[in-house]
Amino acid sequence: MSERRQLVLPADPAILAGQAGLLRAQALSRLKMALLVGVLIALAVFAFWRLDVSFWRIVKGFGDLGKFVVLMIPPNAGSWANALVYLHSLAETVAIAFLGTMLAALFAFPLGLLAARNVVPVRIFQFMTRRSLDTVRGIDTLIWALIWVNVVGLGPFLAIMTSDIGTLGKLFSEAIEASDRKPVEGVTAAGGSRVHQVRFGLLPQVMPVMLSQVLYFFESNTRSATIIGIVGAGGIGLHLVEQIRTFEWDRVAFLILLILAAVAAIDWLSAHLRHAIIGKSSVAV
Amino acid sequence: MTATSPGAAGGVALPRLPDHQLTPLAEAYARANAAKRRSTLLLIVAIIIASLVAGGVAEVDLARLFANIDRFTNYIVRLFYLESGAPVWTDPAEWFWGWKKWLALLGDTLLIAYLGTLLGTIAAFFLCFLASVNLNSNAWTRGLIRRLLEFCRTVPELVFALIFVVAFGLGPLPGVLALAIHTTGALGKLFAEVVENIDMKPVEGVTATGATWWQTVHLAVVPQVLANFASYGLLRFEINVRGASVMGFVGAGGIGQDLIESIRKFYYSDVSAVLLLIIATVMIIDVATERMRHHFIGQGVRP
Repeated sequence: MSERRQLVLPADPAILAGQAGLLRAQALSRLKMALLVGVLIALAVFAFWRLDVSFWRIVKGFGDLGKFVVLMIPPNAGSWANALVYLHSLAETVAIAFLGTMLAALFAFPLGLLAARNVVPVRIFQFMTRRSLDTVRGIDTLIWALIWVNVVGLGPFLAIMTSDIGTLGKLFSEAIEASDRKPVEGVTAAGGSRVHQVRFGLLPQVMPVMLSQVLYFFESNTRSATIIGIVGAGGIGLHLVEQIRTFEWDRVAFLILLILAAVAAIDWLSAHLRHAIIGKSSVAV
Repeated sequence: MTATSPGAAGGVALPRLPDHQLTPLAEAYARANAAKRRSTLLLIVAIIIASLVAGGVAEVDLARLFANIDRFTNYIVRLFYLESGAPVWTDPAEWFWGWKKWLALLGDTLLIAYLGTLLGTIAAFFLCFLASVNLNSNAWTRGLIRRLLEFCRTVPELVFALIFVVAFGLGPLPGVLALAIHTTGALGKLFAEVVENIDMKPVEGVTATGATWWQTVHLAVVPQVLANFASYGLLRFEINVRGASVMGFVGAGGIGQDLIESIRKFYYSDVSAVLLLIIATVMIIDVATERMRHHFIGQGVRP
């Protein structure tokens, strides 16, 4: 015991003060953490009360859900004719996603240029473009679909196009602003005009980035296109809603599996294309 | 400057390569350029063909589109006129006549997003450690959890909401659950990626003291990842606010129910009022969460 005591350092007031400070800081951060957790829990309790979520409803709901899941197995399209109809509407969904993404990219490209600080140095103009892109982006694809279907009678791909113009325009302008200025200066030094600067100085840099973003959006739009049918636009979502509303659970399961397979296939394809594009650009640079 | 030096006029300062060296170089350059042009052209042609095919499959009726496109612009303009025909800004009280109801519904929407995010984050938190290759060496359970997370995030949240509405009845509860499931899938993947990138030294240290798996996770992993988790959770809350605003479309609570009714019944000024409220809310939440995220990430970086 006595040997042990000798190992203890003499009480240096500076060290003791430092330790006390450390402990205080630790206690303070614990207190802050506890306060944060308390607020989170209180808000959750308030939300449960306000949204009228009762325990019995949850129990009963999960019971029903269990029954549905049992009825979903095995997934079944009903008949071969049905399966063909579903496959066709799946193709329609993919086509909608493709058209919407392509058109959005087409429109977003000039808008992205206009919203980029290093292409159009007029501050107020850039501000306006950005804010309108933000507004378009703030409205969900589903809301756009509802408006297009109700007003023009043609909906799905236009809805995807509208909401993606906002997002892609923003991403494009950011990619352009993040580009290297040196190639542009080089073109300027060689006597290139403003158009030449953009065409030969900017575009070769940002094109691969943009293409890869467009591909990524095609991927995510396949997912959004599946649900657009819910508001009455075409595609596989329409069938999905119908089968859910008529409690044909085996068909619902079939449709969900179909969607999952399509999304996985497109993910795979676009990942390969993206690698090809990015790989090519790194060779070119 | 060098190009305009006095010797340049005589062609002395910029010597040309002899033709037998220059020609192959120029030809190679032209060939490379042509190949690049060809592949670009090929890509454009492929995209055009694919678009035509897609247009055929999706049954795009161009004639109808061009005949009706003016209706869309008219509609957007019409959104900013009251029933009386006066522009909305002349009578804001009439424009936002339902502000009490709408603000309450917006509050509900935010609460739906909050609960969905909270429940999903908790579930993702408990699943992510099992989905990380550096903490769970059992390929079976890891694969199982990863497939589960994949399923949760690939099925669109509205599909879950549709099914839950049938099971739980109309109201916010199915919306909350649908958002929670989707959040579990999306965050579980991101969280697992964060966990796989941690510094393993603290884990080794804690394991060496004979700690159990849970103690190791608690003392060596969680302190490293918490700031990142909080940041991702807040980002997800932002996304879920958008998601919750359309949950009402399928009867799963929030402001979407009112919005879909106004659009379907052509209550023009109501549509613009509700949309403006949604956009303003989303923007405020975006700014607020961004501030909080920077705060959290700043904390995480500090030693």
